[in-house]
Amino acid sequence: MSTPVLSVRDLVVEIPTRRGVLRPVDQVSWDIAAGEILGVVGESGAGKSMTGNAVIGLLDPPARITGGQILLSGQRIDDLPRDRLRKLRGNKIGMIFQDPLTSLNPLLTIGDQLTETILEHLDVSPTEARKRAIAALDEVGIPAAAQRIGSYPFEFSGGMRQRVVIALALCAEPDLVIADEPTTALDVSVQAQIVALLKRLCRDRGVAVMLVTHDMGVIAEAADRVAVMYAGRLAEIGPVREVLTAPRHPYTEGLMASTPLASQGRARLRQIPGAMPRLEALPEGCAFHPRCPYAQEKCRHAPGPDIASCDGHAACWFPLTNAAPLQEAGA
Amino acid sequence: MTDMDTQIPQTDAVPAAPSRLQRAWDSDFLYAFRRSPVAMVAMLTVTLMVLAALLSPLIAPHNPFDPATLNLMNGFTPPMTENQFTGQSFFLGTDDQGRDVFSTILYGLRISLFVGFAAVLLAMVLGVTLGLLAGYLGGWTETVIMRAADVQLTFPAILVAMLIFGIAKGITPPEYRNEVAIWVLILAIGLSDWVQFARVVRGATLVEKNREYVQAAKLIGRRPGAIMLRHILPNVLNPVLVIATISLALAIIAEATLSFLGVGAPPTQPSLGTLIRIGQGFLFSGEWWILLFPALTLLTLALSVNLLGDWLRDALNPRLK
Amino acid sequence: MSALISVRNLTRVFDVSKPWLNRVIERLPRALLTAVSDVSFEVEERSVYALVGESGSGKSTIGKIVVGLVPPSEGTVEVRGVDLSNSADRQAIAAVRADIQMIFQDPFASLNPRWRVRDIIEEPVSVLGGDTTGLAEKLLEQVGLSASDVGKFPHEFSGGQRQRICIARALASEPKVIVCDEPTSALDVSVQAQVLNLMSDLREEYGLTYLFISHDLTVVQHMADVIGVLYLGRLVEEAPRDTLFETPKHPYTQMLFEAAPRMDGFGRDIDVPQGEIPDAINPPPGCAFHPRCPIAVGRCREERPEMRKIGRTRVACHLAE
Repeated sequence: MSTPVLSVRDLVVEIPTRRGVLRPVDQVSWDIAAGEILGVVGESGAGKSMTGNAVIGLLDPPARITGGQILLSGQRIDDLPRDRLRKLRGNKIGMIFQDPLTSLNPLLTIGDQLTETILEHLDVSPTEARKRAIAALDEVGIPAAAQRIGSYPFEFSGGMRQRVVIALALCAEPDLVIADEPTTALDVSVQAQIVALLKRLCRDRGVAVMLVTHDMGVIAEAADRVAVMYAGRLAEIGPVREVLTAPRHPYTEGLMASTPLASQGRARLRQIPGAMPRLEALPEGCAFHPRCPYAQEKCRHAPGPDIASCDGHAACWFPLTNAAPLQEAGA
Repeated sequence: MTDMDTQIPQTDAVPAAPSRLQRAWDSDFLYAFRRSPVAMVAMLTVTLMVLAALLSPLIAPHNPFDPATLNLMNGFTPPMTENQFTGQSFFLGTDDQGRDVFSTILYGLRISLFVGFAAVLLAMVLGVTLGLLAGYLGGWTETVIMRAADVQLTFPAILVAMLIFGIAKGITPPEYRNEVAIWVLILAIGLSDWVQFARVVRGATLVEKNREYVQAAKLIGRRPGAIMLRHILPNVLNPVLVIATISLALAIIAEATLSFLGVGAPPTQPSLGTLIRIGQGFLFSGEWWILLFPALTLLTLALSVNLLGDWLRDALNPRLK
Repeated sequence: MSALISVRNLTRVFDVSKPWLNRVIERLPRALLTAVSDVSFEVEERSVYALVGESGSGKSTIGKIVVGLVPPSEGTVEVRGVDLSNSADRQAIAAVRADIQMIFQDPFASLNPRWRVRDIIEEPVSVLGGDTTGLAEKLLEQVGLSASDVGKFPHEFSGGQRQRICIARALASEPKVIVCDEPTSALDVSVQAQVLNLMSDLREEYGLTYLFISHDLTVVQHMADVIGVLYLGRLVEEAPRDTLFETPKHPYTQMLFEAAPRMDGFGRDIDVPQGEIPDAINPPPGCAFHPRCPIAVGRCREERPEMRKIGRTRVACHLAE
């Protein structure tokens, strides 16, 4: 096994507030190999974006990494000084944010932004940088790239802008790309185009991708493996087909079952009662137990199960083992 | 009917509900206040001065503008020394007419604060109303109001105030001028200051009027006036509070400036500015206390109000959180 | 059952031209954005009619026209036989307006942050002078929240809970029709399930009719009885739910279904949609979809297709069968 491109080990992020210390990311671990797409899925407040920000070193103070390690191609990056980390960003790690409108500088042409990034990280001449910029735009499907390189972001539609953002993220030839909800603000048809583009580019270049989203459909179609997060902790991780069709964690099962597709033909959707607890008010024991239909005594009191000490796939004392839990009664 | 169960307790123990006062004290706003020494000192100072002004008839050793209490022989007594003729000593000395400087400051503070608050109140009411109308109604209303605001901004506020003052002086018959002076002063400063309120409120209104809760109100048939007053106004007041506080400091200084120039509060009801003008004449002849103490008071007041306003702006800014 | 809502030849054009001065200096033409173009459909009583489309499809605009927030440029909207924009009978219009309510997409902007929940829920009734005792409490219980929440402010609730408060507000005036503009798009999946179930239950209990606007095909498949697909302001296909999902007839609908992410589509390499949604200010001639359509012919470029009936589907395509 070659070294994974990204290796997150027991990552802990804390935010000190006057009401106590919050842990938006608690003991999260995963690896992403080259050319692999890991989908990180969870609802709002689960900590998926925060994990992405921690990896790339863009945590807003007072949030900070207080435990664990982040390794990029075997080298630790979480303890690097700021300027070293800055050079890493853009060069080895590319990032795609959710809102294409605010990800691009409205005052610079896209050509300027691309060449600036290329020159910053790659040792090439300005003419060569410009050639590469045009090639990058071409690759992401911007028509007439050589002409449009002088355009400003506002002259593009949302889908086109997101393509430019992808080009920007990939132009310095990174090893890892973190995509934080890249398609959430886009239309369905554009989303399909962007997801297909991302898949193709990453396979072709062997880039590892951490795809953060709340859309299970995108995960199913794009990801190779998926990590499900709940209240800052990793609930389940595994190959996407396994996790989505035979989930082991009751939360994943509930999530899959409550999507409208799963309840086709039925009058009511299956629902998970209650809501994800706020970080200030995490329950004792397993964070999910108040909402879990299978909760038992141990779940209420034993301190939070983690994947390593359970079966390696789901952070649950009593993971589901039957292959077809979605057919259970519960409407 | 529906098996909604959002009441699932998040934790096992439910703490006793805190009282309203407890919650207010504990809120982010007051917490930030408690942690900022600058804010607390500024607030304390302002409160003390306001109290002193309100209670001046009780605190002041005597009413300096009641001729019956004056004794010309007391004139020019330095602070805390015994007068060579009458043997009385005064905390901050006396001026040329034997008035106790401490008392004149207290009464002057009263006028300064009164004019300051009233002028800001006028500017606020006028500016917020015009801002709401401009933002919500748009079209010609907005154009007229905003262009008027632009035009007014090309003139320095002091000049506008002096202009209004001059016009008022021209219209009023001479025997009423002194009585009306304070009101004209309030009007002048208030009218010169409404623009910043209007601009901020208009901007905030433009943002709020497109929000869904306003649309929801429209679709149940609420009239524009009710929407502006009951829905939009409460949501645009945040920045207004900050501007009002800083405006207060500026209004106090504006009033002092006008009075100093002789076009403000009359000598019969002098404000701190008038006192400074009076005192200025005696500075180089040695009676420094007649100028210094009123000036220091004005400085402290304006500074405290300004610091309070600055802190308030940072505390209420959601983006800095 | 008769048609409760009848929309005929609805068109709405927005003038998005730059200000006159800019146009003169830069020599630009007027820019007219056709958000809705000749849309006609009917909604049966007690049914759920879904309008599906991407950005620029005009679905939100249609919702706002039906509710009365935006007037149509051409065409009519009749609710219970009353033409809302053209009828001379104002009493009838007012009576029918009270029967229509709306739920918005953004649960955070739909509730006035400065109002208490009680006032928010009661507003539709109190504005008409109705009796509001106990109304808020009763409705809160109905939507699965606790009656003791009446005194709270919106920021004390989560997104899903706020959306329930919006539903409670929509129910307050006992409407017949509720226009739902992407009511669950901003909510997490598990919360969405709760809210959709609530909406289904309420519909059963009160015999409501929903005009359900959404871009999410899975939600629409669950909720709707009849679905209308919009593209660039035009209705391109309309069919009962099962018919539409089994045999979509319009190329755009087919493209949409193909592109929509599926949870069983592991590693699926989809037939990626070509091109992008065109500019609504300068729409393509003839059929608006022809530049992206895989089966377009010459006629599609010249002639805008009319809606025709094929089985249980109405479709606007020259080549559909």
